[in-house]
This record gives sequence, C-alpha cells and structure tokens, in this order.
Amino acid sequence: MQLIYEQSVPGRRGVRLPASDVPPAAALPATLLRAERAGLAEVSELDLVRHFTNLSRRNFSVDTNFYPLGSCTMKYNAKVLENSAALFAPYHPMTALLPGGVELCQGTLGMLYDLGQMLAEITGMDEVTTQPLAGAHGEMTGIMLVAAYHAARGNRAKKKYVVVPDSSHGTNPASAAIAGYEIITVPTAPYGDMDLELFKKAMTDEVAAVMMTCPNTLGLFNPHIKEISDIAHSHDALMYYDGANLNAIMGKVKPGDVGFDVVHVNLHKTFGTPHGGGGPGSGPVGVKKALIPFLPQPRIVRGDDGTLQLEVTNPGSIGRTANFFGNFGVMVKAYAYMIMLGGGGLIQVSEQAVLNANYIKEKLKAYYDLPYDMTCMHECVFSASKQLAHGVHAIDIAKFLIDKGYHPPTVYFPMIVKEAIMIEPTETESKAVMDAFIEVMIEAALTAESNPQALHDAPLTMPISRLDETKAAREQNVCCVG
Amino acid sequence: MNDSHYCPHTPEEIQEMLSAIGVASVEELFAPIPAALRATTFNLPPGMSEFETFGRMQAIAGENRQGMINFIGGGFYDHIIPAAVDHLSGRAEFYTAYTPYQPECSQGTLQALFEYQTAICRLTGLDVSNASLYDGGTACAEAAMMALRVTGRNKIVIDGCVSPFSRQVLKTYLFNLDVQVVEIAPLNGLLNRAELAALLDESVAAVLVQNPNFFGSVEDFTALADQVHGAGALLIGSVYPIALGMLKSPGETGIDIAVGDGQCLGNPLSFGGPSFGFIAAKKSFIRNMPGRIVGETVDRNGKRGYVLTLQAREQHIKRHKATSNICSNQGLCALRGLIFLSAVGKEGLADLAQLNRDKAEYAKAQLAALPGVSVLQSAATFNEFTLLLPKKADDLVTLLLARGIAAGVPLGSYYAGAENCLVVTVTEKRTKKEIDLFVKELEVALCN
Repeated sequence: MQLIYEQSVPGRRGVRLPASDVPPAAALPATLLRAERAGLAEVSELDLVRHFTNLSRRNFSVDTNFYPLGSCTMKYNAKVLENSAALFAPYHPMTALLPGGVELCQGTLGMLYDLGQMLAEITGMDEVTTQPLAGAHGEMTGIMLVAAYHAARGNRAKKKYVVVPDSSHGTNPASAAIAGYEIITVPTAPYGDMDLELFKKAMTDEVAAVMMTCPNTLGLFNPHIKEISDIAHSHDALMYYDGANLNAIMGKVKPGDVGFDVVHVNLHKTFGTPHGGGGPGSGPVGVKKALIPFLPQPRIVRGDDGTLQLEVTNPGSIGRTANFFGNFGVMVKAYAYMIMLGGGGLIQVSEQAVLNANYIKEKLKAYYDLPYDMTCMHECVFSASKQLAHGVHAIDIAKFLIDKGYHPPTVYFPMIVKEAIMIEPTETESKAVMDAFIEVMIEAALTAESNPQALHDAPLTMPISRLDETKAAREQNVCCVG
Repeated sequence: MNDSHYCPHTPEEIQEMLSAIGVASVEELFAPIPAALRATTFNLPPGMSEFETFGRMQAIAGENRQGMINFIGGGFYDHIIPAAVDHLSGRAEFYTAYTPYQPECSQGTLQALFEYQTAICRLTGLDVSNASLYDGGTACAEAAMMALRVTGRNKIVIDGCVSPFSRQVLKTYLFNLDVQVVEIAPLNGLLNRAELAALLDESVAAVLVQNPNFFGSVEDFTALADQVHGAGALLIGSVYPIALGMLKSPGETGIDIAVGDGQCLGNPLSFGGPSFGFIAAKKSFIRNMPGRIVGETVDRNGKRGYVLTLQAREQHIKRHKATSNICSNQGLCALRGLIFLSAVGKEGLADLAQLNRDKAEYAKAQLAALPGVSVLQSAATFNEFTLLLPKKADDLVTLLLARGIAAGVPLGSYYAGAENCLVVTVTEKRTKKEIDLFVKELEVALCN
C-alpha cells in the first residue's frame, strides 16, 4: 500500500477550517518562524478515509480474529464503553486545578475516586492512585512509593535491591531500575514458581521489594506466596504485585490478603478497555495504609461533607508521575465495565477465563510439550520443543496460525521456557471458537512432522510474507524521506 | 445466573469443558490457591444492563459543570477535531488490536505508526521519532534520561518557564537516580539566559526549554543551542505541535531532542487523557531512544513492509538495562494525531497556527486595554499570553468560573510572587463573540 505521503497532491485538504472573525495579527519576526511548511500529507477527506480504512483492514484484532496473546488479556471490549468515554470528551483537566474548580468537576473526580475504591476492594488495598498511564508506568510509580517508604524510615541508603523471579515481565526490572534499584533475579524451580530456597538465600535486609506476578507468567498460582511475603516482610522488604494477571483471581483471592503492599492493575487487560494497537492503557496503583503518605499528587480525597477535593501539597509525596489525572478516558471505560458486570460478573470473568485456559491446555497437551503440567489459571504455556525436533520453531507455528485466521499466542515469553507458546483465551471466547483453534493447533503440530517446510513458508495469505528484520535494524528507515 | 453476558458459555458447554479437563467443577480449578488465602469478602455492587450503565455514565458526566468557555491551556488545548479522526480511529481493527508483535497481520498499525513517525519528524525537523510515549510530561523525563545516557553526565538544567507539571514529572522520574536537577527561575516570562550561562559546565547533560513556554512566550533558542553544544550538552525542547505550523522547528533551532504532548492533535480534552507524548531526535541518538520504533524493510518477495525495530533497546529484551521501562504506549492516540495532521495537511496546519495567533492577538489587545491590565511579556506569543492584573488572579478566575468562563491559569500556585498573573489561552475554537464576552466579564469582575 502507498504511504499517505505518496498520495499527496499540493493544495489538497482533508478538512475545512473555520474562517477568521478577527483581524489578522501582525507577523512575527522571521527569526521565530519556520522556513518551510512541515511536509504533512495533502489529501482529500475521501482519500484520507479510504487510506486509513484500508490500513485498518491489514490488522488482526479482537473484533475480527481470535487473539489469544498470552499475558495481554485480549478480551472483548464492549461497545458501550466507547460510547461512555465519548461523554467526557469536553472536560478540561485544568478546570479542576483552578481556584474553585473542583466544584465544577465533581462528576469526573467522583468517578476516579469510586474507581479507586472498587479497585482497592478487588486487590485488598487501602487506597488507589489512578495517575499511572500504563502497566509499566504503574510499576515505576509503585517502586518509587517503595523507595519513598524506605527513605522516610531512614533506610534510603541501606535498601539497594529489588528481587524478581526470572519469569517476570521485562518491565519489572526496567521499572525498578528507574527507581534506583539493582536487580536480583531468582530462578524458577521445577514446580513452576520462584525457587523458594534460592529466594531465601537472596533475601537480606538490603532488599527493598520483591516483585511478583501471581499467577505468574506460566499461568500458575504460587502456593508459597504467603511464605514468600512473610520472608520479605521479615527483612523489611515490601511485596509488589504485578497485576498483569489479575483477570484470573477476581473475588477468589486478594493480593492485599496475601501480604502484598503495592499493586498495579492493567485496566486494559482485566477491565475490558481496548488495547489500541499498543495503548493507551492505564495502570492504577493500590497501596496499603503505610504507603498512602507517598502517593502521587494531586491526590483525590473525599471531604467530610462528601465532596471530592484535591490534595496538592503533601511534602511526603513522590510528586507527579504524569501531567494530570491519568488516562481518564480509559478509566471511564473500566469504570463502566465494572459497574455493568458488578461483583458477581467479575467473579464469573475469572472463573471462565480459568476454565477456558485449562480446556485448551488439556486439549493440546498431547500434541505440544507442557513443561509445567498442572492446573493453570487464566493462561497456559506450552513449548514447541517436540516440533523443534523437526526443525519447526514456535515462530513457524505462529505464522501458520496467521494463515488460518488466528492471531498467534505470545511466543518466546516467558524466556525460561524454550520455544514458549503462551495461550490466553480470556473468558469472552466461546467453546466453538476455542475448538476450532484447537483443531488448527493440532494441524500445526501434525504438519510440523509431515511437512515442516509448509510452516517455514507461512504466512502465505497475508499482504506480505515474513519480513527481513535484520535489514530494518541495519538501515533504520524510521521515517519516510522526501 | 449469567452476571456477565460477555461470558458466552451455556451450562451444558461448561459441563463438557469440565469433563474434558477432568474436574467436577470450576471451583476445583482454583484449588491451587491455598484455602487460607481465599477472599472472604468481595463488596462490589451488583451489575446492571448496558442501558443502565450508559445512563449512569451520562449522570456522572452531568455532574460536571457543562458548557464552560475555555481560555485555559496549561498543556491541554481545546482544538477542533475533524470528524474523520473519530471514525477512523474508531475502526475496531485499530483499537482492538495490540502491539504489533506479529507484523504480517499488523501492517495496518505498523504502517500507520511509520507514517506517524514521519509526521513527527517533518513537524519537528528532526531525523527520528519513536511510536509515542505516554504524555508531554513523561516525554520530558524520558528525553532527560536519554540525554544522561548519551552524554554520560549527571546534571539536568531546566528552564523554570517549562510547564510546572512537566518539571514535576521529570523530577519524580529522576529523584531516585544519581542525578542533579537544577531549575532556573523565569525572568519576566522568559528564560534567564545569564543564569543559564553561569550554570553551563562539563557536568550538564542537557538543558530543557519549552517553546512557547508556560507563560506563552515564544523564544528563539538558536543561539542557545550553540551555547549548549559548546558546553558538550544537549538541548531538549518541549514544543506545541500546533504552533509548529508557524514557529521555527526544533531542527532549525538546533535542538537535539524534541518532545511534547500530542493531545492537541486530534485527541479530546477528556479530563486530561489519554493523549500521547512524542519524542524526536537527531539520527545519531536512535539507539538511546525509549519505546517502540517502527522501521521499513522488505519481505521475502522484496515487497515493502513495516516491523518493530531496534528492539534490543527495550525492556522485554534488555530488562533492567533497557533504555526505558515503557511497554504499552499511546498507540491509538498517536494514530489520531496522524489522522488529524493528515486531514489538516501541510497548508492547513499553517493556516490553523495563524488562526490561533490571530484570535489570541485580538484577545490580548482587548484584554490589555482594560483599566489596570497589561501583558507581562514584551516577547512574542502564539496562542497564550500572560496578563498582569490589578487584583489576585485566583479571585478573578473564581468570579469568572461562576459566569461560565474558564478565564485562564493563575500563576500564583506555580511561581512565587505571581499572584496577579494569569495565562490566557485562545484557540481557533474561540469566537470573537466569546472573546468579547470574556473581556466584558473580566471588566465587570475587575470593578467588583
């Protein structure tokens, strides 16, 4: 397909601007002006609409394809959530920061407050900030809260490390690094969770926090989680809960009850807001009471009279982590999702997400190596090691699935599983869809034995075949020249 | 009872699935969670229908004051959004997809992001752009961290005229790192260049400026860029994309890393988000860029295609040594930005910038003609300017809020001794009639 710039015709416009109703301003000095206009596209509205409509058709998406991308919770995104977010388009965030402005923003501030309360109940926390803009941003905010907590207790210099299991998301160590910590990585034991004995050895009083995903990235609930949190606390380390996999446990177990002190929640995963082709997400952070004094500003609080207020002058706060109140439009969608499903609906979400993942796991384990063969939570992780014997890699199976109309599962993550294939069906998929997917996965496994070349050649039905990634990295053409 | 109608299974299907798994009940699947840890309470309200949900959301939106006339900016701007932006970004193939890890079935998102990167490069006059950051504030912080990596130095100097929110975000990001952040107090709404010159030494990694700045002043930083480079540091410029329809680009200025907030490009105010942050830089810094980058390549048949590239910088590969922790960014908002810029187009963006300045200059002249009112800066302005009022700006703003006008951002909360300063923003959406009403209401308020 042509780039939009390749369709440009000088002078063409895609929208008519309002005519001016004021006199023209005097020109600015030339030293302040750009020499040439920016080389933006010049297309008609119809050209524009066709271009982006046709581009959109080159995507797989939840609305068009089963999308079992493990760790990303690609559930159906209800349409009423989009309608709801549109209601809030006109409200300017600065209004709330003007003198007397909070009175004019009671609806939006109240919704954020109530969303925080519901998330606190789900995660077992005492207060939630909605400011973080994505999961990784929540992690960074959470670990900064940990750092502020230790600093307030005079332990800033003493606390040097954050402990993560080797199955953790890459964002965990990356976020902890921004908060100034060095990383200790603990290997996974044969039973599929962080090795408890090695963890005990790693723990010292210099550890600031232990970051856990529970269920972990293998889709397994760590049976030792309470013991781990007790050990962490005995060293005055805080427990951080990576909420990427919260979809598995709503109403079943609360991170706060298990000993976690800080959690982040991915609204775009668990709470049904769309992923947008790579965001916007939203990563609210919940904390136990001891960490409330360090929460980001402005903090939304409910006054004695029931009105919402903004606390903007707390010297203990870590400050701002984003310009305003977070990805508000995403939170509108999550809030609508939560009130629509209610407590009972959210429990059902977790139950059926777990049911679906176990169903796929059982149906495929005769065909694919299942390195950790036990009851999983919301996702299951296979290895393509059997297929590797025929020269077929996880990526080849992924490309075969594309030809069959399925977005591939996550491959090569978690890194601790060789040739990993991580499948997360989510609760919104029907048995019929999963059965059809299972058939295709079996076909892929059989084809790996009978005709591996067919898998190497895939995909053949897409607008493009496999791309030369080395060339992209070498040439670094990241912007259309001309 | 089916509380979530988004869970499609019938009881019979559930039974079939349980049998296939070999368990008697769904509850059995939760056996790995030790009984002692199980939740005993789950105090959330019961669910409701889609119709009732939407009604509730309408009611919440209705609790905010309706129909305010906005003369406020502060980083978020009330600009037109062409109808095509909503419709095209509302294509579910875009908004229900995720990060394009599998390029063959994600060319729509990937090509759009490549076109977005191109738009940002052309707008800023720089060589490379990533596929978006969270917002303008976090983009400032990411740029500062990038400069620390590039130079190996440990001091960031910030012009106090940069948005106080962005400065606070930057300081939060850098607080736990071994970095010194120095702020220069503004001088009449402009960068205090003498103080900056005194601060520039071999420890400075970067200087962060904003154009137009928080006061609305437009400055030429070309000579500053030379000065900063002479000290071996980088110049980071936070810019306002609409203003780039008119103002000297970061590339022409000699800025090394340009950042900003993309809300003004087709994203609604939406009480502060989602918007997107952008970052563009000179090509030599590409390996130090944070976040996703889309690159052009060819497929097995030599056909042009797009992939995520230079992923060895990123957290999923490099973990704690990554250039940033960012994973999900603001892809859909960046797409909206691209559609906006493509709809408005090359000539249109220049016209839009001119329209903003025309309206603002008109408002500035009318307001400055009020008794006791003057304009703080002698410098040029774009669509924001700072009024010096004869009374406390906070009080006047409160009075005008009651009249349905958000008159501007009072500076007293952000700058010492600026209690009588008010930053007024006038976009192309404000009509002459609205501006005249604002002038009249302010005149009345001043008499009170």
